[in-house]
Amino acid sequence: MSLANPQERLTVSGRRLAGLVSLMARHRVAAVLGFLLIFPFLLPYEALAVNILIYGLYALGFNMVFGYMGVLSFGHAAFFGLGSYATGIAIVHYGVPWLPAIGIGIVAAGLGAAVIGGLAIRTRGIYFAMVTLALSQCVYYLVYQMEDLSGGENGLRGVDVYDLNIPGLELTLIDPLTKYYFVFAFVALAVWLFSRLLASPFGAVLEALRENESRARACGTDVAMSKWLAFVISGLFCGLAGALNAIHLTIVPIESLHYHTSGLAVMMALLGGMGTFFGPFVGALTFLMLEDVITLVTVHWQLFVGALFVFFILFFPRGIWGTLLHWLSR
Amino acid sequence: MNDVTTSAEPIMRAESLGMRFGGFTALKDVSVAFPAGELTAIIGPNGAGKSTFFNLISGAFPPSEGRIYFRGRDITRTPQHRFARLGIAKSFQITNVFPQLTALENVRFAIQCMSQRFNVWTPRGRFAEMTERAASLLQMVGLDQHHHRLAMNLAHGEQRALEIALALACDPALLLLDEPTAGMSPEETTAMMDLITSLAAERTVVLVEHKMKLVMGISNRLIVLHHGELLAEGTPEEVRANDEVRRVYLGQGDR
Ligand SMILES: Nc1ncnc2c1ncn2[C@@H]1O[C@H](COP(=O)(O)OP(=O)(O)OP(=O)(O)O)[C@@H](O)[C@H]1O
Ligand SMILES: [Mg+2]
Repeated sequence: MSLANPQERLTVSGRRLAGLVSLMARHRVAAVLGFLLIFPFLLPYEALAVNILIYGLYALGFNMVFGYMGVLSFGHAAFFGLGSYATGIAIVHYGVPWLPAIGIGIVAAGLGAAVIGGLAIRTRGIYFAMVTLALSQCVYYLVYQMEDLSGGENGLRGVDVYDLNIPGLELTLIDPLTKYYFVFAFVALAVWLFSRLLASPFGAVLEALRENESRARACGTDVAMSKWLAFVISGLFCGLAGALNAIHLTIVPIESLHYHTSGLAVMMALLGGMGTFFGPFVGALTFLMLEDVITLVTVHWQLFVGALFVFFILFFPRGIWGTLLHWLSR
Repeated sequence: MNDVTTSAEPIMRAESLGMRFGGFTALKDVSVAFPAGELTAIIGPNGAGKSTFFNLISGAFPPSEGRIYFRGRDITRTPQHRFARLGIAKSFQITNVFPQLTALENVRFAIQCMSQRFNVWTPRGRFAEMTERAASLLQMVGLDQHHHRLAMNLAHGEQRALEIALALACDPALLLLDEPTAGMSPEETTAMMDLITSLAAERTVVLVEHKMKLVMGISNRLIVLHHGELLAEGTPEEVRANDEVRRVYLGQGDR
């Protein structure tokens, strides 16, 4: 997050806000986690807060490829879904404890991303989006067909993790707040890792690829390899989000793999601000809160969210957080 | 063709290079060698095939025909991203930098490409020596006042200088420059030519230029392309005396 020298023109309160934002940008991990730590107390009920955590993480992982590297994938549902199903299947069919099961989910998503990324990475722009979309739909049908393992169209039921069995701690996920902090612990670790990645030399490679691929290549960047690696890493984060979602819902709906879920990542990242650290969480929060509020009024909530989405694309293409950063840095 | 005998071994050699775009032959049967340590200029009128030849020897795309050797090694099909670490760097005819990164970040990235390509862990701030090297390269090309300006906000001449700094980041043994003075003012052009002369003192330089006059004074050797073919090669004096070259450049004003 580069906040290029906020200038004199800002008012005193504006400057204070800019100071706060630049402080947050410098301590982005602490800022995100600090907020998420008190977050469930700001919401009417915890399940919504857990959803926002999980989808925020999902959009964060997606944003690595989309926002930071500038490549639009339309197949990230595959990684979210693979993470969900692999974790769920390990728990339901093989009685694997929850921690290794989450690990299995992450690995499955990573493998999926390695294959899909490997096939798609040589195409560009809209072709890349289409190839990832098509391949992720293949995953959808594959899982749909493996009814014995996946539950087919009914989804996978019975992913029941209640007692965490951590020695010395009596934690049960039936308590909503416990569940929130259980998910939070994983999200916190992921957010820290993500920030570390962005700050590493590889983070500079992502920026360079977004800025100017041909120059990056001339400088010595193996473009295909770097894109593939970013794609796989992005898949790992999305896989973790999926794994957590399986435990959160205690089922894995087949919709996790549907391209609608891929679209969610695009919407949340754009709404929040692509290529910003806070954007995905802001996007997930806005999207899910609106869904929650508007469904109380009408079943056609998608219409309103769609309209809002178009409004942002047309008038605030930087998204909510991106626009705020832009205003403050002028 | 003039037979040039130089004591130095060629650092790069092109063997009957040819390039077709669809049915159009942009380059035909060009064989040249670039002696190590010398400054060779490739000249020719617009559309002569200079950039095409330049792109072939810098690995942008493989030739339709022929082979390219670097230090005796066949690099005809070597992917372009390997060139920097082999010691071959290029600058582009049309400025090609990272617009939304600062000048310093631009150069630091190019330096990083040499050693830390897949490091996903160490914070970039730890590589202080990279920042120092980037700063010294910026100083070398005359951008020491502009470390923290975004590349897109630099003046055209400054962007061209940044382009050179990016190419220098891999400390190339062979520096390939495609019209580094394109679009520059006379003062900027003079400064750029001085810079190139000083760079050529330590490495082999191949320079594409269509203004013959600009390179006459500073190059050791000239290669003249015309209609995709090698028209002449030799020392500036030999090329100047060449009748065919005179004919091609005749009536082109001060070029
Ligand atoms: N990718 C391409 N596809 C089709 N034709 C091309 C392509 N690149 C170059 N050409 C053609 O090849 C010929 C040589 O072009 P090239 O760019 O090599 O010339 P040049 O000597 O660099 O000219 P200039 O001085 O204008 O830079 C031109 O006629 C050009 O139109
Ligand atoms: Mg050219």
